[in-house]
Amino acid sequence: MSATVPTPILAAPILSARGISKQFAGIEVLGDVDLDLMPGEIHALLGENGAGKSTFAKIVAGVHRPTRGTLALNGQSVEVTSPIVAQRLGITLIHQEPISFPDLSVAENLVLGLQDGGSLSRVPWGKMERDARRLMDLLGVDIDVTRTMRGLSIADQQMVEIARALASDSRLIIMDEPTAPLTPREVATLFAIARRLRDEGRTIVFISHRLEEVRDLCDRVTIFRDGAKVATDSIANLTDADIIRLMIGRPLKEYMHKVGTTIGEVALQVTGLGRAGLFRDISFSVRGGEIVGLGGLVGAGRTDVARALFGVAPADTGRIKVNGREVRVTGPAQAIRLGLAFVPEDRAQAGIFRSLSVEHNISAAVPGRIAPQGIIRRSLEKALAQQSVAKLSIRLATLRQPIGELSGGNQQKAILARWLLTDPQVLILDEPTRGIDIGVKAEFYDMIGQLAADGRAILLISSELPELLALCDRVLVMAEGQLTAELPRGVATQETIMQAAVPRNTAREVAA
Amino acid sequence: MTALGHILRRREAGIALMIVIFCLAVGAYKPQFLTLDSARIILLLTPLIMIGAMGQMLVILARHVDLSMGSMMALAAMASGMMFRYAPDIWWPLGFVLSIGVGMALGLVNGLLVTVFRLPAIIVTLGTLNLYRGLTFIMSDAKQIDRQYVPSALKAMSQTSPILGIPWIIFMSFGVALLTWWFVMHTRLGRQIYALGSNPVAAPLRGIDVTRVTLIVFAISGALSGLAGIMYASRWGFVNPSNTGSGFEFQVIAAVVIGGVSINGGVGTVLGTVLGVLLLGCVAAALPLLGIPGTTQNAIYGSVILAALLIDRLVRLQGQRSMLKGARI
Amino acid sequence: MTTGTPQIAVTRDAAPPRPGWHVALVRPEAMTLVLLIIGIFAGSQLSEFFLDINYILKSFTISAEFAIVALVLTMVIIAGEIDLSPAASMALSACLFAWAQDAGLGMPLAIAVGLGAGLLMGLFNGVMVIALQLPSIIVTIGTLILYRGLAQVIAGDKSIRVPDWFIGIDKIMVAGIPLPVVIFVVLSLLLGLVLGMTIFGRQIYLIGTNEEAAKHVGIRTRRIKMTLFIMMGLASAVAGLMTASRLGSVRYDLGLGGELQMVLMAMLGGTYIFGGRGTILGTFLAAWLLVIVSTGMIVANVLPAWQLCVLGVLLIVSIIATNFIYSRTQR
Repeated sequence: MSATVPTPILAAPILSARGISKQFAGIEVLGDVDLDLMPGEIHALLGENGAGKSTFAKIVAGVHRPTRGTLALNGQSVEVTSPIVAQRLGITLIHQEPISFPDLSVAENLVLGLQDGGSLSRVPWGKMERDARRLMDLLGVDIDVTRTMRGLSIADQQMVEIARALASDSRLIIMDEPTAPLTPREVATLFAIARRLRDEGRTIVFISHRLEEVRDLCDRVTIFRDGAKVATDSIANLTDADIIRLMIGRPLKEYMHKVGTTIGEVALQVTGLGRAGLFRDISFSVRGGEIVGLGGLVGAGRTDVARALFGVAPADTGRIKVNGREVRVTGPAQAIRLGLAFVPEDRAQAGIFRSLSVEHNISAAVPGRIAPQGIIRRSLEKALAQQSVAKLSIRLATLRQPIGELSGGNQQKAILARWLLTDPQVLILDEPTRGIDIGVKAEFYDMIGQLAADGRAILLISSELPELLALCDRVLVMAEGQLTAELPRGVATQETIMQAAVPRNTAREVAA
Repeated sequence: MTALGHILRRREAGIALMIVIFCLAVGAYKPQFLTLDSARIILLLTPLIMIGAMGQMLVILARHVDLSMGSMMALAAMASGMMFRYAPDIWWPLGFVLSIGVGMALGLVNGLLVTVFRLPAIIVTLGTLNLYRGLTFIMSDAKQIDRQYVPSALKAMSQTSPILGIPWIIFMSFGVALLTWWFVMHTRLGRQIYALGSNPVAAPLRGIDVTRVTLIVFAISGALSGLAGIMYASRWGFVNPSNTGSGFEFQVIAAVVIGGVSINGGVGTVLGTVLGVLLLGCVAAALPLLGIPGTTQNAIYGSVILAALLIDRLVRLQGQRSMLKGARI
Repeated sequence: MTTGTPQIAVTRDAAPPRPGWHVALVRPEAMTLVLLIIGIFAGSQLSEFFLDINYILKSFTISAEFAIVALVLTMVIIAGEIDLSPAASMALSACLFAWAQDAGLGMPLAIAVGLGAGLLMGLFNGVMVIALQLPSIIVTIGTLILYRGLAQVIAGDKSIRVPDWFIGIDKIMVAGIPLPVVIFVVLSLLLGLVLGMTIFGRQIYLIGTNEEAAKHVGIRTRRIKMTLFIMMGLASAVAGLMTASRLGSVRYDLGLGGELQMVLMAMLGGTYIFGGRGTILGTFLAAWLLVIVSTGMIVANVLPAWQLCVLGVLLIVSIIATNFIYSRTQR
């Protein structure tokens, strides 16, 4: 249970942000944020994906520079121009995926960048290892400081980063979604350490969207929504309902996909699917005309399931049936032939061919349709591209321009167009509206609804609860590689989804 | 696992074992391989590669490759050679200064092309490999520096010996190895090289000046090539624009790769590299004894590099598989 | 409790595109063409031989073998890999061929041996790179040494003669053009069509631009890359045999240093070292450009040593220029 720490009214803030804004390529992702962080508190930053909490934290930690706004540390105006400067100012950011040099030892990773002295100054191995051991003992963690970082669990890597923060005597430690990859026991250890640090007078900033943990650990909470700060208050003053309402915000415009869509036969049936280290016992089915949602937290294994279904990283165990026929999906080429389509989560990494034209991107999955006798006919390609552009209202200057010049939303439309050309029976969409403006999102929702009305089976992986609730006939929820719930429309609410998404044995159950 | 177990599992132990097995095998067939005389021959085959391997090791640790070492060696050697030829009364140790200086400058050019223009080191050094060789020909007018021009004191370094009949040149090469060991294990800059190769993306976030470290690494590689150049003149007594340093970079890369330095950077030790050089030396010495023509040398180097890559990859794949077995889900 | 109002994000739909003429003209192949024209002009000033088309064609025959392999190398680089071993493959195939026919195996069998060797070498490269997931740069440096070394083992320091009737491929004329040049031109047309107009070619560009995305759209990346490596091996073998025919004998150092010229042709032709961009046309023009430059240097009595320097500098400059053009035109 969290201690009731009264908000120190008279104490001076350790960090004051005023008017912090950030633009990326013309799109404003953070606007006019004012925030005070106090010494000796654990402060949560809550919000959905893309709400701006991570961006704000990165600005404080020197990873990004703000487009506007000021920061003051202990009353003095500062410019945090780089992570090294941040470190020297006593601010440490512990990344979601810890940064390390895998081939160097734990002790070395601890001190790298924190030492003084010239290039040829001696490396004090003995002292380094002793200090590292001391810090590890202080944290109550049992890691051999002479071993390399390679192969360390994420939890241990985090501990090393925390030890780094202590080594540089950081007064402000920011943790970005630290608990996603941890076991309950590791979370308990982390929380105990965070509380100790807080009691020493340091400030911990805890970025998360896991309400239970925030309530357990944090003193105050700041909620972000759509790039703005909407509230700051003691955790005691807010109910979960309050928090969710503030996170989600404006009343949802209900995007009902065509009522009365006939749900057809089972198009995709999955039984006992598993892959070592990632997920197991996954069983579900999707019918034609259905939109089945797959919710859960980052790291729950949803994308891994999708990749297994599509053959990018096939499963070890389990059976997949497409249209009643059992299949072994060995690769994407075969998956496409079976009528599957997959819009991946990270379009920059696995989706777009950035420097190639929009035409080339759209036709990428259907070479047979633009080259009927093996020779590519530009006219065919152009026609296909024009049809797609018209159908999905893709905004561009010319078909031949590199797709990298399009905005995120239009790039995503092009990718969707690519897959629609394969006339898929089963469409797997992984975070399809991530990083897309609100206006285009609405277009996407309409498109997805239309696709279902056409009789296709849709598996929608999403971290955006309103999206899942608006579109899906059923919502499956995964946590830590397993299915924890199947919620039909009406039963599924933000609360029930979140409940199922948070790992069962949370820190609450372990003695504080 | 016991301390001994830890030591035995390391790559260096493996190479040492291979050296022992190889020598015993050859010695069983030709006993004269296991004499002190033979040991001296082996050692004499290694000093130039030893010096070069130290430089290449640093470059590969930083996740680059330097294919121009042989040409830098030739150009630096030729510079000193010409100095000796046209200024025969000059104080001969100045040759060291000139060679190392020229080498360092050439290495810096490589480094600048890699950092300023963000070009892959492989292609850059493929270009400078030819450029520097061409310059060597031009500078020397395609003529070699004959024996009589190389100062006898310099040549003596490869013949005379302060102790145990081991010539100065051997001490020098081991001295370079020792210096390199001190540099990479005990100085901040040395550790930064490892960090840079291990995770180039994270390096700037930890205060490492990537440009500076990269430039230094290439400069050292050039400087050591230059040293190897003047030691070539000492060892062989002449400098030839087409032969000097020809194929040098490949022998050096072979030694470094055998010695356990990973092509991906961040992994490797001086001890391993030294053992790699020694293994190559043993092999090179054994060939004439076994009646295998010298023409097979290149084939052997090539096979050795590929075998080392293969083994490293298989070991890594095995490691990944066992890591997954211990996973939580 | 403090509250703030959410803001609507400001958007910008797309960057203004480049005008059509810009796209067509500002590209590396145009640079190559311009350099080629300048080169011919400069050459003609040096010597009146330059404007004699026969002279140029004859000069080309010497580089034709490398040029042929450079065409396939271009495709390999576009796919995101590289191969530094082709010159050594040429030598090994040629040595095996010469040794085979010298040992009395009969011509057809000897040729089969040579070509088969090239195929195996390409296969070996492919297996190491694709199956073992090793970086192609270091693998092909290793095989470069290995193949050259094996050629040395087979041929020693001697040259092996080939039968008289096999000699003189460069003397055979087709419509007044030496056969090697004809082969080069025909192959350029063929590969240009394949790369530019077939699915196979299109997929090579996709793989080189984003291999992960290529896998996701069902492209068999491993199969295509393996095919390219085998093609390299085969092309090297053919080039090796052609060289044997031209020189009349085979030595282990056949084609020594050839990898530089091949990579140079690809780079001068505007092939992007990191993959995803390049054309056969560019390499075709670059091959001619290189011949012009080499011939020009010979005619101007430039020493061989200077020529080596020039090639080295050209390689570096061409990569810098290509990178520059590509980074300016990409958003």
